[in-house]
Amino acid sequence: MKFGIYSKEVIRHFKSPKNMGKIKNPDGVGKVGNLVCGDVMWLYIKVKENKRMGKKILSDIKFQTFGCVAAIATSSMITSMAKGKTIEQALKITREDIARRLGGLPKIKLHCSVLATDALAEAVYDYLTKNKLKVPKSLFKTHERIANSLKTLEAGHKDYLKFEERVLAR
Amino acid sequence: MKRIYMDYAATTPVDPRVFEAMKPYFSAKFGNTMALYSLGQEAKRTLEEAREKAADLMKAKSGKVIFTESATESNNLALKGIAFANKDKGKHIIVSSIEHRCVLESARWLAGQGFDVTYLPVDKYGLVNPNDVEKAIRKDTILVSVMHANNEIGTIEPIAEIGKICREKGVYFHTDAAQTFGKIPVDVNKMNVDLLTASSHKMYGPKGAGLLYVGPDVKIEPLLHGGGHEFGLRSSTVNVPAIVGFGAAVDIAKKEMNGEAKRLTKMRDRLIKNVLKIEDSHLNGHSIKRLPNNANFWFAFIEGESLVMRLDMQGVSASTGSACSSESLEPSHVLLAIGLKHEEAHGSLRLSLGKWNKVADVNYVVKILPSIIENLRKISPFKRRWK
Repeated sequence: MKFGIYSKEVIRHFKSPKNMGKIKNPDGVGKVGNLVCGDVMWLYIKVKENKRMGKKILSDIKFQTFGCVAAIATSSMITSMAKGKTIEQALKITREDIARRLGGLPKIKLHCSVLATDALAEAVYDYLTKNKLKVPKSLFKTHERIANSLKTLEAGHKDYLKFEERVLAR
Repeated sequence: MKRIYMDYAATTPVDPRVFEAMKPYFSAKFGNTMALYSLGQEAKRTLEEAREKAADLMKAKSGKVIFTESATESNNLALKGIAFANKDKGKHIIVSSIEHRCVLESARWLAGQGFDVTYLPVDKYGLVNPNDVEKAIRKDTILVSVMHANNEIGTIEPIAEIGKICREKGVYFHTDAAQTFGKIPVDVNKMNVDLLTASSHKMYGPKGAGLLYVGPDVKIEPLLHGGGHEFGLRSSTVNVPAIVGFGAAVDIAKKEMNGEAKRLTKMRDRLIKNVLKIEDSHLNGHSIKRLPNNANFWFAFIEGESLVMRLDMQGVSASTGSACSSESLEPSHVLLAIGLKHEEAHGSLRLSLGKWNKVADVNYVVKILPSIIENLRKISPFKRRWK
Protein backbone atom coordinates (compact mmCIF):
# COMPACT_ATOMS: atom_id res chain seq x y z
CA MET A 1 0.00 0.00 0.00
CA LYS A 2 1.25 3.49 -0.79
CA PHE A 3 0.75 6.52 1.37
CA GLY A 4 1.45 9.33 -1.02
CA ILE A 5 4.25 11.61 0.01
CA TYR A 6 5.84 9.41 2.68
CA SER A 7 8.45 6.66 2.44
CA LYS A 8 7.78 3.15 3.72
CA GLU A 9 10.10 3.71 6.66
CA VAL A 10 8.26 6.90 7.71
CA ILE A 11 4.99 5.01 7.64
CA ARG A 12 6.50 2.10 9.57
CA HIS A 13 7.59 4.42 12.41
CA PHE A 14 4.29 6.31 12.28
CA LYS A 15 2.34 3.07 12.51
CA SER A 16 4.26 1.68 15.46
CA PRO A 17 6.35 4.42 17.01
CA LYS A 18 9.29 3.33 19.13
CA ASN A 19 9.96 4.78 22.60
CA MET A 20 6.60 6.47 22.84
CA GLY A 21 5.52 7.76 26.23
CA LYS A 22 6.90 9.44 29.30
CA ILE A 23 9.80 8.72 31.69
CA LYS A 24 8.75 9.12 35.30
CA ASN A 25 11.77 10.78 36.84
CA PRO A 26 13.69 11.94 33.81
CA ASP A 27 17.19 13.35 34.12
CA GLY A 28 16.43 15.81 31.35
CA VAL A 29 13.43 17.02 29.36
CA GLY A 30 13.40 18.84 26.01
CA LYS A 31 10.21 20.61 24.96
CA VAL A 32 10.14 22.12 21.49
CA GLY A 33 7.67 23.20 18.84
CA ASN A 34 4.37 24.93 19.36
CA LEU A 35 0.69 24.48 18.74
CA VAL A 36 0.48 27.35 16.30
CA CYS A 37 2.64 25.52 13.81
CA GLY A 38 1.02 22.25 14.65
CA ASP A 39 3.97 20.26 15.96
CA VAL A 40 4.94 19.85 19.59
CA MET A 41 7.62 17.40 20.67
CA TRP A 42 8.59 16.49 24.22
CA LEU A 43 11.61 14.33 24.75
CA TYR A 44 12.65 12.69 28.05
CA ILE A 45 16.08 11.25 28.78
CA LYS A 46 17.60 9.09 31.48
CA VAL A 47 21.38 9.34 31.81
CA LYS A 48 23.72 6.66 33.25
CA GLU A 49 27.43 6.83 33.78
CA ASN A 50 29.45 4.10 32.16
CA LYS A 51 32.34 3.92 34.62
CA ARG A 52 34.54 1.69 32.48
CA MET A 53 34.31 4.08 29.54
CA GLY A 54 34.07 7.14 31.75
CA LYS A 55 31.20 8.38 29.57
CA LYS A 56 27.60 9.38 30.11
CA ILE A 57 25.11 7.19 28.28
CA LEU A 58 21.50 7.87 27.33
CA SER A 59 20.18 4.74 28.99
CA ASP A 60 16.55 5.52 28.23
CA ILE A 61 14.75 7.98 26.02
CA LYS A 62 11.06 8.53 25.34
CA PHE A 63 8.88 11.02 23.48
CA GLN A 64 5.43 12.53 23.35
CA THR A 65 4.45 14.31 20.15
CA PHE A 66 1.47 16.25 18.89
CA GLY A 67 1.84 16.49 15.17
CA CYS A 68 1.73 15.07 11.72
CA VAL A 69 3.00 11.77 10.37
CA ALA A 70 6.49 13.17 9.84
CA ALA A 71 6.68 14.63 13.35
CA ILE A 72 5.74 11.30 14.92
CA ALA A 73 8.09 9.33 12.66
CA THR A 74 11.07 11.63 13.30
CA SER A 75 10.41 11.44 17.07
CA SER A 76 10.44 7.69 16.88
CA MET A 77 13.58 7.67 14.74
CA ILE A 78 15.69 10.04 16.84
CA THR A 79 14.86 8.16 20.03
CA SER A 80 15.83 4.86 18.37
CA MET A 81 19.06 6.37 17.10
CA ALA A 82 20.05 8.05 20.37
CA LYS A 83 19.15 5.28 22.80
CA GLY A 84 22.27 3.66 24.31
CA LYS A 85 24.58 6.25 22.78
CA THR A 86 26.91 8.51 24.72
CA ILE A 87 25.78 12.11 25.03
CA GLU A 88 28.54 13.20 22.63
CA GLN A 89 27.47 10.63 20.04
CA ALA A 90 23.79 11.49 20.41
CA LEU A 91 24.40 15.20 19.92
CA LYS A 92 26.17 14.43 16.67
CA ILE A 93 22.95 13.09 15.11
CA THR A 94 21.93 15.57 12.43
CA ARG A 95 18.58 16.20 10.84
CA GLU A 96 20.03 14.83 7.62
CA ASP A 97 20.88 11.58 9.43
CA ILE A 98 17.29 11.27 10.59
CA ALA A 99 15.83 12.06 7.18
CA ARG A 100 18.22 9.60 5.54
CA ARG A 101 17.41 6.79 7.96
CA LEU A 102 13.72 7.44 7.29
CA GLY A 103 14.23 6.98 3.58
CA GLY A 104 13.82 10.70 2.99
CA LEU A 105 11.25 13.28 4.05
CA PRO A 106 9.11 15.52 1.84
CA LYS A 107 10.74 18.94 1.55
CA ILE A 108 7.88 20.62 3.32
CA LYS A 109 8.32 18.26 6.29
CA LEU A 110 12.06 18.72 6.79
CA HIS A 111 11.39 21.08 9.69
CA CYS A 112 10.06 18.07 11.62
CA SER A 113 13.57 16.57 11.62
CA VAL A 114 14.91 19.88 12.96
CA LEU A 115 12.34 19.63 15.71
CA ALA A 116 13.65 16.17 16.63
CA THR A 117 17.30 17.20 16.92
CA ASP A 118 16.25 20.34 18.80
CA ALA A 119 14.23 18.29 21.29
CA LEU A 120 17.20 16.03 22.00
CA ALA A 121 19.57 19.01 22.33
CA GLU A 122 17.18 20.67 24.79
CA ALA A 123 16.85 17.50 26.85
CA VAL A 124 20.63 17.19 27.12
CA TYR A 125 20.94 20.92 27.88
CA ASP A 126 18.34 20.49 30.63
CA TYR A 127 20.27 17.56 32.11
CA LEU A 128 23.63 19.33 32.01
CA THR A 129 22.42 22.59 33.53
CA LYS A 130 20.39 20.82 36.23
CA ASN A 131 23.51 18.93 37.27
CA LYS A 132 25.73 21.99 36.94
CA LEU A 133 27.79 20.29 34.28
CA LYS A 134 29.66 22.06 31.52
CA VAL A 135 27.53 22.85 28.47
CA PRO A 136 29.45 22.55 25.18
CA LYS A 137 29.57 25.81 23.23
CA SER A 138 27.67 24.46 20.22
CA LEU A 139 24.90 23.10 22.45
CA PHE A 140 24.62 26.45 24.18
CA LYS A 141 24.20 28.11 20.79
CA THR A 142 21.49 25.66 19.80
CA HIS A 143 19.70 26.34 23.06
CA GLU A 144 19.86 30.09 22.47
CA ARG A 145 18.49 29.74 18.96
CA ILE A 146 15.53 27.67 20.19
CA ALA A 147 14.83 30.07 23.05
CA ASN A 148 14.95 33.05 20.69
CA SER A 149 12.57 31.57 18.16
CA LEU A 150 10.18 30.78 20.99
CA LYS A 151 10.32 34.41 22.11
CA THR A 152 9.46 35.66 18.63
CA LEU A 153 6.59 33.25 18.52
CA GLU A 154 5.30 34.21 21.94
CA ALA A 155 5.18 37.83 20.88
CA GLY A 156 3.05 36.99 17.87
CA HIS A 157 0.75 34.38 19.31
CA LYS A 158 0.07 35.10 22.95
CA ASP A 159 -3.46 33.68 22.87
CA TYR A 160 -2.44 30.34 21.52
CA LEU A 161 0.34 29.90 23.96
CA LYS A 162 -2.01 30.66 26.81
CA PHE A 163 -4.10 27.76 25.62
CA GLU A 164 -0.99 25.62 25.55
CA GLU A 165 -0.19 26.54 29.15
CA ARG A 166 -3.74 25.83 30.18
CA VAL A 167 -3.56 22.38 28.67
CA LEU A 168 -0.09 21.62 29.92
CA ALA A 169 -0.88 22.64 33.48
CA ARG A 170 -3.11 19.61 33.84
CA MET B 1 -8.98 -4.62 2.96
CA LYS B 2 -12.28 -2.93 2.28
CA ARG B 3 -11.89 0.64 1.00
CA ILE B 4 -14.43 3.20 2.09
CA TYR B 5 -14.39 6.48 0.23
CA MET B 6 -15.67 9.37 2.36
CA ASP B 7 -14.22 12.32 0.49
CA TYR B 8 -17.01 12.98 -2.01
CA ALA B 9 -16.65 16.73 -1.41
CA ALA B 10 -13.17 16.53 -2.94
CA THR B 11 -14.25 14.62 -6.01
CA THR B 12 -16.67 11.87 -6.99
CA PRO B 13 -16.24 8.80 -9.13
CA VAL B 14 -17.93 8.98 -12.53
CA ASP B 15 -21.31 7.28 -12.49
CA PRO B 16 -21.12 4.25 -14.85
CA ARG B 17 -24.16 5.58 -16.75
CA VAL B 18 -22.30 8.84 -17.29
CA PHE B 19 -19.26 6.97 -18.54
CA GLU B 20 -21.39 5.04 -21.02
CA ALA B 21 -22.87 8.26 -22.36
CA MET B 22 -19.40 9.75 -22.84
CA LYS B 23 -17.76 6.82 -24.63
CA PRO B 24 -18.93 7.49 -28.24
CA TYR B 25 -17.61 11.05 -28.09
CA PHE B 26 -13.92 10.18 -27.91
CA SER B 27 -13.51 8.41 -31.24
CA ALA B 28 -16.70 7.77 -33.19
CA LYS B 29 -18.33 11.17 -32.60
CA PHE B 30 -15.19 13.25 -32.28
CA GLY B 31 -16.28 16.23 -34.37
CA ASN B 32 -15.45 19.86 -33.70
CA THR B 33 -18.56 21.81 -32.66
CA MET B 34 -17.56 24.65 -34.98
CA ALA B 35 -17.42 22.45 -38.12
CA LEU B 36 -20.19 22.74 -40.68
CA TYR B 37 -20.39 19.11 -41.78
CA SER B 38 -22.68 16.67 -40.04
CA LEU B 39 -20.03 15.24 -37.69
CA GLY B 40 -19.40 18.73 -36.32
CA GLN B 41 -23.05 19.63 -36.21
CA GLU B 42 -23.85 16.48 -34.27
CA ALA B 43 -21.26 17.47 -31.67
CA LYS B 44 -22.75 20.97 -31.60
CA ARG B 45 -26.22 19.54 -31.04
CA THR B 46 -24.96 17.38 -28.17
CA LEU B 47 -23.29 20.40 -26.62
CA GLU B 48 -26.50 22.42 -26.82
CA GLU B 49 -28.47 19.54 -25.31
CA ALA B 50 -26.12 19.45 -22.34
CA ARG B 51 -26.50 23.21 -22.02
CA GLU B 52 -30.28 22.92 -21.94
CA LYS B 53 -30.15 20.16 -19.34
CA ALA B 54 -27.90 22.22 -17.08
CA ALA B 55 -30.05 25.34 -17.52
CA ASP B 56 -33.15 23.28 -16.77
CA LEU B 57 -31.76 21.87 -13.51
CA MET B 58 -31.04 25.38 -12.25
CA LYS B 59 -34.38 26.69 -13.62
CA ALA B 60 -32.65 29.23 -15.84
CA LYS B 61 -35.15 30.42 -18.43
CA SER B 62 -33.03 33.22 -19.81
CA GLY B 63 -29.37 34.05 -19.70
CA LYS B 64 -26.59 31.71 -20.75
CA VAL B 65 -24.82 28.63 -19.45
CA ILE B 66 -21.13 28.87 -20.33
CA PHE B 67 -19.23 25.60 -20.18
CA THR B 68 -15.73 25.88 -18.77
CA GLU B 69 -12.98 23.50 -17.77
CA SER B 70 -13.60 23.62 -14.01
CA ALA B 71 -15.33 25.43 -11.18
CA THR B 72 -12.04 27.22 -10.57
CA GLU B 73 -12.17 28.59 -14.11
CA SER B 74 -15.83 29.55 -13.70
CA ASN B 75 -15.10 31.45 -10.50
CA ASN B 76 -12.13 33.19 -12.12
CA LEU B 77 -14.33 34.15 -15.05
CA ALA B 78 -17.08 35.44 -12.77
CA LEU B 79 -14.83 37.62 -10.64
CA LYS B 80 -12.35 38.87 -13.21
CA GLY B 81 -14.90 39.02 -16.03
CA ILE B 82 -17.31 41.15 -14.02
CA ALA B 83 -14.54 43.29 -12.58
CA PHE B 84 -13.07 44.18 -15.95
CA ALA B 85 -16.39 44.69 -17.72
CA ASN B 86 -17.76 46.99 -15.03
CA LYS B 87 -14.73 48.89 -13.78
CA ASP B 88 -16.12 52.15 -15.14
CA LYS B 89 -19.00 51.75 -12.68
CA GLY B 90 -16.79 51.00 -9.71
CA LYS B 91 -13.92 48.96 -8.40
CA HIS B 92 -15.33 47.46 -5.22
CA ILE B 93 -15.91 43.72 -4.80
CA ILE B 94 -17.34 41.86 -1.81
CA VAL B 95 -16.59 38.19 -1.06
CA SER B 96 -17.12 36.05 2.01
CA SER B 97 -14.06 35.06 4.00
CA ILE B 98 -14.83 31.34 3.64
CA GLU B 99 -14.95 31.17 -0.16
CA HIS B 100 -13.01 28.50 -1.99
CA ARG B 101 -9.44 29.53 -2.62
CA CYS B 102 -10.08 30.10 -6.32
CA VAL B 103 -12.48 32.92 -5.40
CA LEU B 104 -10.22 34.35 -2.69
CA GLU B 105 -7.14 34.20 -4.87
CA SER B 106 -8.99 35.83 -7.79
CA ALA B 107 -10.12 38.60 -5.44
CA ARG B 108 -6.59 38.99 -4.12
CA TRP B 109 -5.26 39.24 -7.66
CA LEU B 110 -7.88 41.85 -8.53
CA ALA B 111 -6.84 43.82 -5.44
CA GLY B 112 -3.37 43.93 -6.95
CA GLN B 113 -4.92 45.30 -10.16
CA GLY B 114 -6.41 48.28 -8.33
CA PHE B 115 -9.71 46.81 -7.19
CA ASP B 116 -10.90 47.14 -3.61
CA VAL B 117 -12.01 43.93 -1.87
CA THR B 118 -14.14 43.55 1.26
CA TYR B 119 -14.09 40.18 3.01
CA LEU B 120 -17.32 39.39 4.85
CA PRO B 121 -17.01 37.74 8.26
CA VAL B 122 -19.02 34.64 9.19
CA ASP B 123 -20.47 33.52 12.50
CA LYS B 124 -19.30 30.43 14.41
CA TYR B 125 -21.37 28.20 12.12
CA GLY B 126 -19.88 29.74 9.00
CA LEU B 127 -23.00 31.74 8.13
CA VAL B 128 -22.79 35.07 6.34
CA ASN B 129 -25.16 37.65 7.82
CA PRO B 130 -27.17 39.33 5.01
CA ASN B 131 -27.11 42.55 7.05
CA ASP B 132 -23.34 42.54 6.76
CA VAL B 133 -23.69 42.34 2.99
CA GLU B 134 -26.06 45.29 2.99
CA LYS B 135 -23.69 47.33 5.14
CA ALA B 136 -20.69 46.44 2.99
CA ILE B 137 -22.28 47.50 -0.31
CA ARG B 138 -21.08 50.94 -1.47
CA LYS B 139 -21.80 53.17 -4.43
CA ASP B 140 -18.84 51.72 -6.28
CA THR B 141 -19.61 48.05 -5.49
CA ILE B 142 -19.92 46.00 -8.67
CA LEU B 143 -20.02 42.40 -7.42
CA VAL B 144 -20.88 40.31 -4.37
CA SER B 145 -19.76 36.66 -4.32
CA VAL B 146 -20.93 34.27 -1.61
CA MET B 147 -20.81 30.51 -2.00
CA HIS B 148 -24.02 28.47 -1.89
CA ALA B 149 -22.53 25.92 0.51
CA ASN B 150 -19.08 25.70 1.99
CA ASN B 151 -16.91 22.85 0.77
CA GLU B 152 -15.21 22.23 4.12
CA ILE B 153 -17.84 22.64 6.81
CA GLY B 154 -20.94 22.20 4.63
CA THR B 155 -22.77 25.32 5.84
CA ILE B 156 -25.52 26.44 3.44
CA GLU B 157 -25.58 30.23 3.08
CA PRO B 158 -28.72 32.42 2.94
CA ILE B 159 -28.24 33.01 -0.77
CA ALA B 160 -31.79 34.14 -1.62
CA GLU B 161 -31.68 36.84 1.07
CA ILE B 162 -28.26 38.07 0.06
CA GLY B 163 -29.35 38.00 -3.59
CA LYS B 164 -32.42 40.07 -2.79
CA ILE B 165 -30.26 42.75 -1.21
CA CYS B 166 -27.94 42.79 -4.22
CA ARG B 167 -30.92 43.09 -6.58
CA GLU B 168 -32.28 46.05 -4.62
CA LYS B 169 -28.89 47.74 -4.68
CA GLY B 170 -28.25 46.97 -8.34
CA VAL B 171 -25.10 44.96 -7.68
CA TYR B 172 -24.23 41.74 -9.50
CA PHE B 173 -24.43 38.64 -7.31
CA HIS B 174 -22.39 35.49 -7.93
CA THR B 175 -22.62 32.22 -6.05
CA ASP B 176 -20.26 29.27 -6.20
CA ALA B 177 -22.58 26.25 -6.22
CA ALA B 178 -19.86 23.65 -6.82
CA GLN B 179 -20.92 21.73 -3.72
CA THR B 180 -24.68 22.04 -4.24
CA PHE B 181 -25.56 21.82 -7.94
CA GLY B 182 -26.90 18.32 -8.57
CA LYS B 183 -27.13 17.61 -4.85
CA ILE B 184 -29.74 20.01 -3.46
CA PRO B 185 -32.18 22.24 -5.36
CA VAL B 186 -30.55 25.16 -7.13
CA ASP B 187 -32.88 27.77 -8.63
CA VAL B 188 -31.28 30.89 -10.07
CA ASN B 189 -34.59 32.77 -9.87
CA LYS B 190 -35.41 32.01 -6.25
CA MET B 191 -31.79 32.54 -5.27
CA ASN B 192 -31.68 35.94 -6.98
CA VAL B 193 -28.30 35.26 -8.54
CA ASP B 194 -26.80 36.79 -11.66
CA LEU B 195 -23.94 34.32 -11.90
CA LEU B 196 -23.60 30.76 -10.67
CA THR B 197 -20.70 28.30 -10.76
CA ALA B 198 -21.16 24.54 -10.94
CA SER B 199 -18.82 21.59 -11.32
CA SER B 200 -19.17 18.24 -13.06
CA HIS B 201 -16.78 16.12 -10.98
CA LYS B 202 -18.52 16.90 -7.71
CA MET B 203 -21.75 15.34 -8.98
CA TYR B 204 -20.59 12.06 -10.56
CA GLY B 205 -19.61 13.63 -13.86
CA PRO B 206 -16.07 13.62 -15.25
CA LYS B 207 -13.30 16.03 -14.32
CA GLY B 208 -12.58 18.73 -16.88
CA ALA B 209 -16.03 20.29 -17.08
CA GLY B 210 -17.56 23.16 -15.15
CA LEU B 211 -20.04 25.88 -15.96
CA LEU B 212 -20.85 29.46 -15.26
CA TYR B 213 -24.44 30.59 -15.52
CA VAL B 214 -24.56 34.22 -16.67
CA GLY B 215 -27.92 35.93 -16.24
CA PRO B 216 -29.55 38.11 -18.93
CA ASP B 217 -28.03 41.57 -19.34
CA VAL B 218 -24.96 40.78 -17.27
CA LYS B 219 -21.93 42.66 -18.52
CA ILE B 220 -18.95 40.32 -18.46
CA GLU B 221 -15.58 40.08 -20.23
CA PRO B 222 -14.07 36.75 -21.32
CA LEU B 223 -10.76 35.47 -19.98
CA LEU B 224 -9.99 33.39 -23.06
CA HIS B 225 -10.06 35.13 -26.42
CA GLY B 226 -10.08 33.24 -29.70
CA GLY B 227 -12.60 31.49 -31.90
CA GLY B 228 -15.63 32.86 -30.11
CA HIS B 229 -16.91 29.64 -28.55
CA GLU B 230 -19.50 29.73 -25.76
CA PHE B 231 -21.10 33.01 -26.88
CA GLY B 232 -17.67 34.56 -27.17
CA LEU B 233 -17.17 34.21 -23.43
CA ARG B 234 -14.90 31.19 -23.46
CA SER B 235 -12.93 30.48 -26.60
CA SER B 236 -11.44 26.97 -26.79
CA THR B 237 -12.30 23.89 -28.78
CA VAL B 238 -15.17 22.38 -26.83
CA ASN B 239 -14.38 19.34 -24.66
CA VAL B 240 -17.41 17.45 -25.95
CA PRO B 241 -16.91 14.12 -24.10
CA ALA B 242 -16.58 15.87 -20.72
CA ILE B 243 -19.57 18.10 -21.36
CA VAL B 244 -21.68 15.17 -22.56
CA GLY B 245 -20.73 13.49 -19.29
CA PHE B 246 -21.66 16.59 -17.34
CA GLY B 247 -25.03 16.60 -19.12
CA ALA B 248 -25.61 12.93 -18.34
CA ALA B 249 -24.75 13.57 -14.69
CA VAL B 250 -27.29 16.41 -14.67
CA ASP B 251 -29.92 14.05 -16.10
CA ILE B 252 -29.30 11.52 -13.35
CA ALA B 253 -29.24 14.19 -10.65
CA LYS B 254 -32.57 15.55 -11.80
CA LYS B 255 -34.16 12.17 -11.19
CA GLU B 256 -32.27 10.95 -8.16
CA MET B 257 -31.02 14.01 -6.30
CA ASN B 258 -33.89 14.47 -3.85
CA GLY B 259 -34.08 10.85 -2.75
CA GLU B 260 -30.30 10.71 -2.43
CA ALA B 261 -30.22 13.89 -0.35
CA LYS B 262 -32.70 12.34 2.09
CA ARG B 263 -30.71 9.12 2.33
CA LEU B 264 -27.44 10.99 2.88
CA THR B 265 -28.93 13.33 5.47
CA LYS B 266 -29.94 10.33 7.59
CA MET B 267 -26.49 8.80 7.27
CA ARG B 268 -24.82 12.13 7.99
CA ASP B 269 -26.82 12.60 11.17
CA ARG B 270 -26.07 9.06 12.29
CA LEU B 271 -22.38 9.74 11.71
CA ILE B 272 -22.42 13.07 13.56
CA LYS B 273 -24.40 11.73 16.49
CA ASN B 274 -22.04 8.83 17.03
CA VAL B 275 -18.74 10.59 16.40
CA LEU B 276 -19.68 13.29 18.91
CA LYS B 277 -19.77 10.57 21.58
CA ILE B 278 -15.98 10.64 21.44
CA GLU B 279 -14.70 12.71 24.31
CA ASP B 280 -13.59 16.24 23.46
CA SER B 281 -14.95 16.08 19.92
CA HIS B 282 -16.75 18.99 18.29
CA LEU B 283 -18.87 19.58 15.19
CA ASN B 284 -17.77 22.27 12.75
CA GLY B 285 -20.52 24.04 10.83
CA HIS B 286 -24.26 24.23 11.34
CA SER B 287 -26.32 21.26 12.50
CA ILE B 288 -29.28 21.90 10.15
CA LYS B 289 -28.20 24.45 7.53
CA ARG B 290 -25.78 21.88 6.23
CA LEU B 291 -25.05 19.89 3.08
CA PRO B 292 -26.70 16.44 3.26
CA ASN B 293 -23.36 14.71 2.81
CA ASN B 294 -20.98 16.76 4.98
CA ALA B 295 -19.70 16.02 8.47
CA ASN B 296 -16.79 18.01 9.85
CA PHE B 297 -15.30 17.70 13.32
CA TRP B 298 -12.35 18.77 15.40
CA PHE B 299 -10.79 16.60 18.06
CA ALA B 300 -8.73 18.16 20.81
CA PHE B 301 -5.04 17.26 21.25
CA ILE B 302 -4.48 15.46 17.99
CA GLU B 303 -3.34 16.51 14.55
CA GLY B 304 -5.43 15.96 11.43
CA GLU B 305 -2.84 14.61 9.02
CA SER B 306 -1.96 11.82 11.42
CA LEU B 307 -5.65 11.11 11.83
CA VAL B 308 -6.26 10.97 8.07
CA MET B 309 -3.29 8.62 7.60
CA ARG B 310 -4.48 6.29 10.34
CA LEU B 311 -7.92 6.21 8.77
CA ASP B 312 -6.35 5.48 5.39
CA MET B 313 -4.45 2.56 6.92
CA GLN B 314 -7.79 1.17 7.99
CA GLY B 315 -9.32 1.71 4.57
CA VAL B 316 -11.11 5.03 5.00
CA SER B 317 -10.44 8.04 2.73
CA ALA B 318 -11.13 11.36 4.46
CA SER B 319 -9.59 14.83 4.64
CA THR B 320 -8.47 17.47 7.13
CA GLY B 321 -8.00 21.22 7.39
CA SER B 322 -4.83 20.81 9.42
CA ALA B 323 -1.84 22.99 8.60
CA CYS B 324 0.41 19.96 8.30
CA SER B 325 -1.58 18.71 5.34
CA SER B 326 -1.37 21.93 3.38
CA GLU B 327 1.38 23.24 1.16
CA SER B 328 1.43 26.54 3.00
CA LEU B 329 1.59 24.94 6.48
CA GLU B 330 -1.34 27.20 7.38
CA PRO B 331 -4.53 25.70 8.77
CA SER B 332 -7.78 26.02 6.82
CA HIS B 333 -8.93 29.63 6.42
CA VAL B 334 -12.52 28.42 6.83
CA LEU B 335 -11.90 26.89 10.24
CA LEU B 336 -10.03 30.01 11.38
CA ALA B 337 -12.89 32.19 10.07
CA ILE B 338 -15.47 30.35 12.21
CA GLY B 339 -13.31 31.14 15.23
CA LEU B 340 -11.30 27.98 15.72
CA LYS B 341 -7.85 28.47 17.16
CA HIS B 342 -4.87 27.13 15.24
CA GLU B 343 -4.51 24.09 17.46
CA GLU B 344 -8.21 23.32 17.13
CA ALA B 345 -8.14 23.58 13.36
CA HIS B 346 -5.14 21.20 13.35
CA GLY B 347 -7.34 18.46 14.75
CA SER B 348 -10.06 18.70 12.11
CA LEU B 349 -11.56 15.89 10.06
CA ARG B 350 -13.98 16.09 7.13
CA LEU B 351 -16.04 13.05 6.19
CA SER B 352 -18.14 13.67 3.08
CA LEU B 353 -20.58 11.01 1.98
CA GLY B 354 -21.86 10.02 -1.45
CA LYS B 355 -23.73 7.69 -3.70
CA TRP B 356 -21.75 4.55 -2.94
CA ASN B 357 -21.66 4.89 0.84
CA LYS B 358 -23.90 2.61 2.85
CA VAL B 359 -25.00 2.72 6.47
CA ALA B 360 -22.51 -0.08 7.11
CA ASP B 361 -19.70 2.29 6.05
CA VAL B 362 -20.85 4.85 8.59
CA ASN B 363 -20.98 2.12 11.23
CA TYR B 364 -17.44 1.02 10.35
CA VAL B 365 -16.04 4.55 10.69
CA VAL B 366 -17.90 5.07 13.94
CA LYS B 367 -16.39 1.80 15.18
CA ILE B 368 -12.74 2.48 14.30
CA LEU B 369 -12.52 6.22 14.95
CA PRO B 370 -12.51 6.21 18.78
CA SER B 371 -9.50 3.91 19.08
CA ILE B 372 -7.56 5.81 16.40
CA ILE B 373 -8.12 9.06 18.28
CA GLU B 374 -7.33 7.39 21.60
CA ASN B 375 -4.04 6.14 20.17
CA LEU B 376 -3.00 9.51 18.80
CA ARG B 377 -3.87 11.12 22.11
CA LYS B 378 -1.58 8.64 23.81
CA ILE B 379 1.31 9.84 21.65
CA SER B 380 0.37 13.49 22.26
CA PRO B 381 1.91 15.31 25.25
CA PHE B 382 -1.33 17.15 25.86
CA LYS B 383 -3.75 15.83 28.37
CA ARG B 384 -7.47 15.89 28.33
CA ARG B 385 -9.02 18.85 30.02
CA TRP B 386 -11.16 16.88 32.45
CA LYS B 387 -8.22 15.01 33.94
